[in-house]
Amino acid sequence: MIKSKSHKIGDFIIVLVLFAVVLICVMPMVNLLARSLSSPQAIVNREVGFLPVGVTVDSYRYVFKDPAFSRSMIWTAILTVICTLFSLAITILCAFPLTYDNLKGKNLINTLIIFTMYFSAGTIPNYILMKDLGLLNSPLALILPNCLSVFNMIILRSFFYGVPDSLRESAELDGANPFVVLVRIYLPLSAPVLATLALFYAVGRWNGFSDALLYLTGAPQYHPIQLKLYNIINNLSSLEIAIQEGGSSSTPAASDGMKAAAVMFATAPILVIYPWLQRYFIHGVTLGAVKG
Amino acid sequence: MTNIIIAFKDYNIFRGVWSSPWAQSSPTGGETNVFKWFIQAFTNKDFYIVLRNTIMLNVLDLVLGFPMPIIIAILLNEVPSKMYKKFTQTVIYLPHFLSWIIISGIAVQLFAPSSGIVNIALGKIGIPPIDFLMEKKLWVGTYVGLGIWKEMGWGTIIYLAAITGINPEIYEAAEVDGAGRWGKIWHVTLPGIRATIVILLIMNLGRILGIEFDRPYTLANTTVMDVADVISTFVYRVGIRSNQFSYSAAIGLFQSVVCVFFLIAANTIARKSGERGVW
Repeated sequence: MIKSKSHKIGDFIIVLVLFAVVLICVMPMVNLLARSLSSPQAIVNREVGFLPVGVTVDSYRYVFKDPAFSRSMIWTAILTVICTLFSLAITILCAFPLTYDNLKGKNLINTLIIFTMYFSAGTIPNYILMKDLGLLNSPLALILPNCLSVFNMIILRSFFYGVPDSLRESAELDGANPFVVLVRIYLPLSAPVLATLALFYAVGRWNGFSDALLYLTGAPQYHPIQLKLYNIINNLSSLEIAIQEGGSSSTPAASDGMKAAAVMFATAPILVIYPWLQRYFIHGVTLGAVKG
Repeated sequence: MTNIIIAFKDYNIFRGVWSSPWAQSSPTGGETNVFKWFIQAFTNKDFYIVLRNTIMLNVLDLVLGFPMPIIIAILLNEVPSKMYKKFTQTVIYLPHFLSWIIISGIAVQLFAPSSGIVNIALGKIGIPPIDFLMEKKLWVGTYVGLGIWKEMGWGTIIYLAAITGINPEIYEAAEVDGAGRWGKIWHVTLPGIRATIVILLIMNLGRILGIEFDRPYTLANTTVMDVADVISTFVYRVGIRSNQFSYSAAIGLFQSVVCVFFLIAANTIARKSGERGVW
């Protein structure tokens, strides 16, 4: 088809508008990177735009020197791996049985699970539950409460539904039990979806902090990186941090460059994983949309 | 979840959920009044401010934020080059994966009154420094703007999927009938994704009183508390920080019930007007 002139102009405008959207998404991060690499002097003098001025890695060096920060990075990385694996296991074990049509009470189980998606007990009842379970100030409080996302479970269940029944039946004829069917047939087939869910769980844990804020007030050694970052960004005075951390640290308020460096540090892992996994997740999200 | 019951009790942290007495109208005893905490909330000026802020921020989000992904998805669908489309998608999905703490960190840098790039740019055209995070009205704008920034790209996924589902023959037929680009968008693409739009609208209306904790908590500061304090942050502050468990649990329960009510109402209206609805 030969495109008319007005069509070509339309194409041009659309490409231009989308480029503006791309810039809006990227530029704040470029600015942040530039500031993290600039000298404090250049920042104060209003010289830093999208390129660093007076390039230095002092800000990064300073952030890295803070043992609490690097320790928290490592702890959060470990926590993220544990949470992701555990959550994936729970999600698989929840979704798979629900694909069996002859499961007794299937509708009731489904309803109960979906119910929690729309009606939550709220912060306080959950807090009291954690208290009564003795999980306050325990690292388990960061793992158990959010270990299953109903939304992710539905995505996986929808995918499992898409696997032809004939595959399962032929395996069962060969004497495979449900566990073998799951491990040998369903899991290999759903690798892209599992990668998507792993990304969602991992990012959720890496970015999460409100559970630590609620449940780990007395255990700063288990605080995830985001909470540390929050303190740095907001200049929580050393006294407040000392109270939160129950220790005697007396770090001075961070400069803008140091704050930018700290934010870059906490963002880096996401920026590294994202390009590898992004080709999977589009498909995964769409699946969840098909069946609610 | 059964701990919700403390909303109707005088919760005593030492006696536990089940042994705590039912709420009484006065601390020394008096009549049992299980709705005491709800009444206290609705006779409290602070609670109305919190309620107003929650609804205000959510309505602004809905009005300004909801159409954005639809517009971008339609534009993406019209892009002639596949490569360019992929590139755009990859970039605009990224902000979704940043935490609100990271975004608040970026915002603090971006809008810093003395050295932030936004104020440098404003200064170039002769506008004095503006503190976007400290002035109440501007804070609301920043809150909504950052929300749109984070989710406008990610939100397109679901619409793009819906657009893929449109039968190409309909486009061909429209072309034969002489429809131009606008005609096709208006008469084919938009009707094709209408069901998706309605479902997402219902889900959003269902959350009109539900508000996440991270976003207002990380962006707020003491100077803008009048507009930034919402139900989630209020419950955290009153409940966990000040130990008024029963009172804040009652507010949380009120919020959950209203959410479910709105969800059901929106769904019913959608189904009555011939749409598919969420269930």
